[in-house]
Amino acid sequence: MSSNPLPTGVTPVKSTGLHVGEIAPGVKKVDPIIIADGVTRKFGGLTAVNVEHLEIPRNAITALIGPNGAGKTTLFNLLTGFDKPDTGSWTFDGKNMKGVAAYQAAKLGQVRTFQLTKALGLLTVMENMKLGAKNQVGERIFPSLFPGFWRKQEATNEVKALDLLKKFKLDTKQTDFAASLSGGQRKLLEMARALMSDPKLVMLDEPMAGVNPALTQSLLEHILNLKQEGMTVLFVEHDMHMVRHIADWVVVMAMGEVVAEGPPDEVMRNQKVIDAYLGSHQDVDLGVVTGRVKGKMDPEAKKMAEEVEHLDQAINASEKGDN
Amino acid sequence: MDILGMLSNTASWIISPTTIAYAIAAVGLSVHFGYAGLLNFGMAGFMALGAYGYAISILSFGWPWWAGILVGAGASVIFAVLLGIPTLRLRADYLAIVTIAAAEILRLLFTTMLFDEWTNSADGLGGYHDSFRAANPIPPGEYGFGPWMYNEKDWWVRIFGFVLLAIAVLIVWSLMRSPWGRVLRGIREDEDAVRALGKNVFAYKMQALIIGGVFGAMAGVVFALPSAVVPGSYVTSLTFFIWTIVLLGGAATVFGPVVGSVIFWVIMAALDNIIPALADAGILPITNIQAGVLRYIFVGVALMLIVIYRPQGIFGNKKELTFVK
Ligand SMILES: Nc1ncnc2c1ncn2[C@@H]1O[C@H](COP(=O)(O)OP(=O)(O)OP(=O)(O)O)[C@@H](O)[C@H]1O
Ligand SMILES: [Mg+2]
Repeated sequence: MSSNPLPTGVTPVKSTGLHVGEIAPGVKKVDPIIIADGVTRKFGGLTAVNVEHLEIPRNAITALIGPNGAGKTTLFNLLTGFDKPDTGSWTFDGKNMKGVAAYQAAKLGQVRTFQLTKALGLLTVMENMKLGAKNQVGERIFPSLFPGFWRKQEATNEVKALDLLKKFKLDTKQTDFAASLSGGQRKLLEMARALMSDPKLVMLDEPMAGVNPALTQSLLEHILNLKQEGMTVLFVEHDMHMVRHIADWVVVMAMGEVVAEGPPDEVMRNQKVIDAYLGSHQDVDLGVVTGRVKGKMDPEAKKMAEEVEHLDQAINASEKGDN
Repeated sequence: MDILGMLSNTASWIISPTTIAYAIAAVGLSVHFGYAGLLNFGMAGFMALGAYGYAISILSFGWPWWAGILVGAGASVIFAVLLGIPTLRLRADYLAIVTIAAAEILRLLFTTMLFDEWTNSADGLGGYHDSFRAANPIPPGEYGFGPWMYNEKDWWVRIFGFVLLAIAVLIVWSLMRSPWGRVLRGIREDEDAVRALGKNVFAYKMQALIIGGVFGAMAGVVFALPSAVVPGSYVTSLTFFIWTIVLLGGAATVFGPVVGSVIFWVIMAALDNIIPALADAGILPITNIQAGVLRYIFVGVALMLIVIYRPQGIFGNKKELTFVK
């Protein structure tokens, strides 16, 4: 984590007063869009997700954070119908989602992106975008044979797609195969494509991973705009600065469970979160510890440097022993 | 060596009913494999259903020829649905295993004595031509030129085959330029991405399986029109010939399978003429019987070479279709 303060341009309007009662994992929300109960998912002996109760506030930006392997992506998969839970149930927008297929969930207005980007490389950027649009007459087999039925809708979708592509700075690439895009551009395309369906809830799995700082800023603006347009955003992110900057609410997972939630500033002061997620050295600049960056070594950093030194010696010793 | 005779013989294959039938089947397989990514190794089964559906409707039930065609098409729809329901939700390779087995089961069912009353078991079916020939609008006589001199019956079969082929090509072309085709190409690449956009992937794959399957049945009808229905025709090697044709022409192209079929049969006919002639002349150290087998060995080698060096086929776009993702 660098010490750059994040984007300066936008001053997000934070939504507050989202919860009811005392803040604790599973706290009730004033207007939840998702309510999950007793959702568990086991892979063999490993419990990847074990969420007792979780509510996601509507028309707000919620960040889902937690260490690698905490179960964030698995929870995403369960909520979007891409995976089946062992137990539990949840509702989306008041509708029971048990047994609802992934495509139906998307039709209901719950779209997602993937941690490992799924831009369709063999379609052009524009085709990718148009694929995202809902209720297309031309996607039904019999009308598809006669362009008269779908040409107009196709043109409307194209205008909408171009508008979104401009926002995401991809409009110059519209005729290129998506396979020719860079990793970051594919992330942007996947997000823009998801927005083609005018969703109610947008679920983004690490949307900023691999996107450069300048674009990150405009991406943040897009996400904030989504809220303004009345959408709900749930996103997984590892960059704490970003989470602090745009999230109205933060849910922290560790070992499959929700260990804490609350407004960003409060959550990040929570000792459980610090232990589970940030580790005990969260304030130490690694550059200083390794000596690559000149800076003041505070006691915390000194302690870490000593630990590292100790480990180094142990490794050297064992290597000598091998020879 | 009768060079002229050999040339004429080879040229006649360009518009033979067999070439047309294989082209229709190849267009169907291009929908399955080229556009939808479905590994159907049971094309012979779909063709058998078309041929038997046609022949049995006429011989056992006395229905007119066009009803026979509809029965063949209907049978292939049912077959596609039965194959698709258990396998389309699974990984692509499962469909391959199930289709190859299902096509063999069909062939064996047609061969067994159990349904002898309708299928005539191993002897196959023949003599169902009257109804189709009665519908022939061409006056009796010999037409054509050079290697392509045929009587009115032969032309009627060819023209009818061409019409079916043209319809199949037109349907594929219309579908694949439409938003429906876009969804299908998306599915071929990444089902989950398409699912996340609210498309019922299973339904699309089923539709593709049915469309390609009906084309397969139509190929079976055209294959049966001029001659007879013999169960021994619908073996797995028939499926592999269709695959060779599709890969040769370009799996994800509209005209590739058609041109692939013409090239395939012209080369097969040429080899069929040349190899025995060379053997007779003592140039090749093989017997006449061995010469017949040799061309099938060439087909196998050609299939391997295409897959390795030109997986997109003659007309395909290398970017669009590769075996290694
Ligand atoms: N298909 C699977 N089969 C077996 N184990 C799995 C599977 N998917 C996830 N897991 C396990 O479940 C746990 C949670 O994984 P998940 O992908 O949800 O983590 P995550 O919180 O998204 O992590 P990251 O931040 O690294 O993306 C991990 O221990 C992982 O190994
Ligand atoms: Mg993850």
